[in-house]
Amino acid sequence: MRLPNRAALIAGTALTLATVAGIAVGSSGMRHFDPALTGYAIGALMAAFALGYRFTVWAQRPPSRMYFKRGFELMFRRAAAVAATPSSPSVAVAPSPRAESGDEASPKRTATGASQPLFPHGAGTLGYALARNFVAQEFIRRRGGYRWIMHLCLSGGCTLAFAITFPLVFGWIHFSSFPDNAEMYHVAVFGMNVDSFSVHSFKAFIMFNLLNISAILVLIGLVMAGWRRFTDPGERATQSFYEDIVPLLLILAVTATGLALTVSYKFLAGRGHGLWAIVHMVSVVALLLYIPFGKLFHMFQRTCSLCVSRYKKVGEAGARAHCRRCGEDFASQMHVDDLKTVLDELGFDYRFEGAKGEVHYQDICPACRRGLLALNQGRTIGR
Amino acid sequence: MIGAFDGNEFFLDPSRCIGCQACVQACAECGTHRGVPMIHLEYVHRATGVQTAPVVCMHCEDPTCARVCPADAIKQDDHGIVHSAAKPRCVACSNCVIACPFGVPKMKVELDLMMKCDMCYDRTSVGKKPMCATVCPSGALYYGPSEYIEKFRREQPVNEFQFGRQTVRTKVNMMTSPELKALPFEVLDFLPWEGKDFDPFELSRAGAPDAAAAAVFDKTP
Repeated sequence: MRLPNRAALIAGTALTLATVAGIAVGSSGMRHFDPALTGYAIGALMAAFALGYRFTVWAQRPPSRMYFKRGFELMFRRAAAVAATPSSPSVAVAPSPRAESGDEASPKRTATGASQPLFPHGAGTLGYALARNFVAQEFIRRRGGYRWIMHLCLSGGCTLAFAITFPLVFGWIHFSSFPDNAEMYHVAVFGMNVDSFSVHSFKAFIMFNLLNISAILVLIGLVMAGWRRFTDPGERATQSFYEDIVPLLLILAVTATGLALTVSYKFLAGRGHGLWAIVHMVSVVALLLYIPFGKLFHMFQRTCSLCVSRYKKVGEAGARAHCRRCGEDFASQMHVDDLKTVLDELGFDYRFEGAKGEVHYQDICPACRRGLLALNQGRTIGR
Repeated sequence: MIGAFDGNEFFLDPSRCIGCQACVQACAECGTHRGVPMIHLEYVHRATGVQTAPVVCMHCEDPTCARVCPADAIKQDDHGIVHSAAKPRCVACSNCVIACPFGVPKMKVELDLMMKCDMCYDRTSVGKKPMCATVCPSGALYYGPSEYIEKFRREQPVNEFQFGRQTVRTKVNMMTSPELKALPFEVLDFLPWEGKDFDPFELSRAGAPDAAAAAVFDKTP
């Protein structure tokens, strides 16, 4: 891969320009842009560039590229049609045994046409995967209840905080008092008045404290995560400072300095507010710049799991790969064929050839590979 | 304090395996994957014999599993240990499971997570032996100084494998004939369908139709 990576530079620049345009248009030509938040806006623009760059570099890797490519292709195909269409990704290298045996040549394969539907067939899978994996994070619950609650607090709190602060920083949302009544507020979104409320109302209390509520959620998550990092023997053995501790420290810095601002204006008559505001801004920008390069990038990498969900579903319905040694079904033929392509792109060549013919090692199931290891070793020592 | 690995290496000799399962039980005690054994105890050819073989991660120098991972989830550390998939990143696609030349990674379907042998990193990183090598009674799994192995074993260790056209170098050693510098890994000689058209249904074992799928997708909790 060349450095600097051209496609990644373009993607980073495009995302930055899109953010600039979003700020300019969303804040009605900067009229509602709050100059006090300029530092945050510049930090967000730098993070946008880094994020676009990093994401593109990652998505160009052969295995990642393959899943994104298939993800988009398979969105528009019926699961069963994929196996039947000649132009489908699963170019049958090994003949599909069930299709050849003729008799029950699966009706689901022949019945479905290959016409492109208007509504993507994968929309259901996509929606389900989004709700289950991104919102409910159900897979973390299966990995452990403690970690699930911890992660929901951290991700929920951070998402809430970002959902409030980004629109404020970009000038998409702003509050203004009524001209004749300073105790009544307008809420304007993209320059349009959408709501108004009294500063003494319960709604005002919630609105003004949403960031504090998110901070409490994040703090609960941080304490749980910190406890786990200190006490879990497996995590203690394998964790690294940059990957596992730095993100917690950065989020803690943002949360603590953000709460310090609240403490300053609520209980200390604004003492130290200026200093805390600067420290808070520095910590937020540091967190934003860490996101593309560390552990927190996983929130963007997990988009790949959406492609994988569809890929698995289509693979289950389509042609299956059977091990050339034991004959068992061990994966989808599409998966095996795609891996052969990916391995070639990566420079691996696991082909065996001899007088009897040629076999790609990808056509042997993992269980047989383990058996073959012992058989080969035994043969070299005469057993 | 004893340092990580401390000059010790891992030596694998499947031909010495007696199938006692002690390694499987001990493996589940490891701190990085509590309660879930990562070692494979494989029947070499169940239809014709009872010979078993333990398979641990060989910790390749250039790990195929990590290179085919779409999510950058598999990392190799400075000691050459290839770790289980990073929990936040793993998207459970099973590329690694299907691509590993030794058939090592396990896809824990319940957890949406790939897990594998990490040479008991919680133990070896502080100078202790891996669990499996600690309990193996027959020396099929041995962890210690290479001088010991060279002195007391008829076979000698190699850490290079020739898979067809692909050379794979590993951190873990395989015991083999002293004349060999690399273990030749042959597949064609062991395929039962020579000269015939490939008919998987003739090969597959009645009563165990999904044995290979189970080897890829571990659905046990």
